[in-house]
Amino acid sequence: MSALQIKKGATSHSAYNLRSTFSDVEERHTLAVVVDNEAGVLARVIGLFSGRGYNIESLTVAEIDHTGHLSRITIVTTGTPQVIEQIKAQLGRIVPVHRVNDLTVEGPSVERELALFKVEGTGDKRVEALRLADIFRANVVDSTLTSFVFEITGAPEKIDAFAELMRPLGLLEVARTGVAALSRGGL
Amino acid sequence: MTRQMTGARMVVQALKDQGVDVVFGYPGGAVLPIYDEIFQQNEIQHILVRHEQGAVHAAEGYARATGKPGVVLVTSGPGATNAVTGLTDALMDSIPIIVLTGQVPTFMIGNDAFQEADTVGITRPCTKHNWLVKDTDKLSTVLHEAFHVAMTGRPGPVLVDIPKDVQFASGIYTAPQKGGSRRYQPQIKGDLDAITELVAALETAKRPIFYTGGGVINSGKAASQLLCELVEATGFPVTSTLMGLGAYPASGKSWLGMLGMHGLYEANMAMHGCDLMINIGARFDDRITGRVDAFSPHSTKAHIDIDPSSINKVIRVDIPIVGDVAHVLEDMLKIWKSRGRKTNKEALPKWWAQIEEWRKVDCLKFEQKGSIIKPQHALKRLEELTKGHDRYICTEVGQHQMWAAQYLNFEGPNRWMTSGGLGTMGYGFPASIGVQMAHPDALVINVAGEASWLMNMQEMGTAMQFNLPVKQFILNNERLGMVRQWQELLHGERYSQSWSESLPDFVKLAEAFGAKGILCSDPDDLDDAIMEMINYDGPVIFDCLVAKHENCFPMIPSGKAHNEMLLGDASTKNAIGAKGAVMV
Ligand SMILES: Cc1ncc(C[n+]2csc(CCOP(=O)(O)OP(=O)(O)O)c2C)c(N)n1
Ligand SMILES: [Mg+2]
Repeated sequence: MSALQIKKGATSHSAYNLRSTFSDVEERHTLAVVVDNEAGVLARVIGLFSGRGYNIESLTVAEIDHTGHLSRITIVTTGTPQVIEQIKAQLGRIVPVHRVNDLTVEGPSVERELALFKVEGTGDKRVEALRLADIFRANVVDSTLTSFVFEITGAPEKIDAFAELMRPLGLLEVARTGVAALSRGGL
Repeated sequence: MTRQMTGARMVVQALKDQGVDVVFGYPGGAVLPIYDEIFQQNEIQHILVRHEQGAVHAAEGYARATGKPGVVLVTSGPGATNAVTGLTDALMDSIPIIVLTGQVPTFMIGNDAFQEADTVGITRPCTKHNWLVKDTDKLSTVLHEAFHVAMTGRPGPVLVDIPKDVQFASGIYTAPQKGGSRRYQPQIKGDLDAITELVAALETAKRPIFYTGGGVINSGKAASQLLCELVEATGFPVTSTLMGLGAYPASGKSWLGMLGMHGLYEANMAMHGCDLMINIGARFDDRITGRVDAFSPHSTKAHIDIDPSSINKVIRVDIPIVGDVAHVLEDMLKIWKSRGRKTNKEALPKWWAQIEEWRKVDCLKFEQKGSIIKPQHALKRLEELTKGHDRYICTEVGQHQMWAAQYLNFEGPNRWMTSGGLGTMGYGFPASIGVQMAHPDALVINVAGEASWLMNMQEMGTAMQFNLPVKQFILNNERLGMVRQWQELLHGERYSQSWSESLPDFVKLAEAFGAKGILCSDPDDLDDAIMEMINYDGPVIFDCLVAKHENCFPMIPSGKAHNEMLLGDASTKNAIGAKGAVMV
């Protein structure tokens, strides 16, 4: 094998974007890790990241197969290609880990996140918040005379953008779930 | 086959079914039911250590000297925390051990109960895997799985935490299943395309080198044999890490000696100058590579390793092969033979001629003169007087360890037990006990420094109790020698806390335990004293008073490249630059 390790689906962004494992540029990757749903498995994964100094930008975990006792952990991380490869290999070494998929390089994928925003305001600000929420297709899930709680789903960038807009309109609190992601198409 | 029995009995039954004949341990409240079962049977021998750290190192020594897993049984809380250093040591050196810990009963977990510790939490980062078993019905499956995980793929330590109520309760015992439905099955066979690519590189290489490591030993005796066959057939030079010594015999004609920080000049220069590096079961540890960006700059690098995370972790390689060493070497030999057993016949003699030039530097030379024993001389005499024996060597950590690696010769695998990755002072003595348990009639010697040896000296009691005639060969420089050496090279000769003050009289200490003590300070008495040690039937503490300020060379200072080795005292001034100083 040459230094250029071209993996299946590595050209998802552009036909000319051949990833070199040895580049020094930091990349953002979304990893899907299927694990046995047993005590301590999340601690093993998080301990790996903290113990070896890797970044976690977002992490979600929930059971996905009750009879098979499987959970899916979705991790968004950043690092040079070499570090990303290390992270995947280290995750693969954890005994209860079934498989590790790098959704960023294995072909097109969809990412979604859910967020709740509490916005307080009256008069024009309140009207403007409601108008923007409509544009972003956010739902009102709670309201008082002076506040709203919006629910919004989308790619993390969309939620970031919504947060920026809400800030001057009286944003009080945000709760985000972190990213859930799947590859597009069939198997 | 399934049977009803208590959890405590299951533990003993599972050990028997797994072929365990010895357990190293120390009792306490949370493991009393298991100890009760041990009392009522004779198949498994229990070795009572004097400190739980000793039990783990003894199990490591046993594992390393046999290729079988070592087993440890300790109590909850302090018993478990005392095992942590040994677990970390075994993780770093990929030694298969199974540690069984008692735990407070399940209904008390989380209440800060007496001798409660979060054992699986504490040991999660220092085990390959661990389990807390809360249900007696699941205990036997977990125990068998523990053996499977410890021994499969890259070996390592595992821990099973067993609450006391789970030991008392009855449940269904399941015998181990052959091969079984176990999910944990790492890749064993290497990719044939990659192996073929490596064979093609091997056929044309002008300056090839085999760089072998502990993975060859862990892969089993067949791997060492295949390595020897490959080396003899190709005529390529071979060097090894500290952990891999013995896989290729030191008397073999292609042997360059150990490489790395205190490796031989010819081995490091060959690593630096090669055009094809074939890493077999080693992991480009920082003691090996020195400065990474100057590491072997002109070579194509192949890496055979069972652990995918070892590949491209430190050094970028051109031909990665994930698989078990023995399997990959077998395929490699097959493919190479089928393609006509080619090597570069013109270039190889030139490469060897260059290596011979490097050899002429004679980097291990020293002068034994005057009335003080040089540590190197003591080891040369030890080698000379013991080499015909069925011999196993353990070491502690420090200068003596590096000198042992340099001056003792290993002719086969599993005969060299040392703490490599973690560098654990106090490893060697208990390890020697484990080795002697595995090989009762062999000559087991622990080459020790006086400071390291004191860290687990309580195990004299164990050696005496079980008639284990281990020989403690202490190179006593009355210094934390390796620390002193770094202070000399790096910290302006300010010897902060690196003296061994208030040392015991080692002869009297031996006698206090009922063992034999031998003191030797005169080079003229050395041979006789060593013979006396060898011939004594029982544990011996050999207090060998050696030169106090001897430095260990060659040395690649931290942050330097392989070709920037220090060979002797004259070249050491300002050897380590500011950048290297921050490294360990
Ligand atoms: C448990 C532990 N503590 C500290 C160290 C750091 N250390 C490395 S070598 C050494 C000195 C060892 O002295 P000694 O056993 O007398 O061996 P010598 O170097 O003198 O041969 C020390 C303190 C270590 N490796 N392990
Ligand atoms: Mg010393």
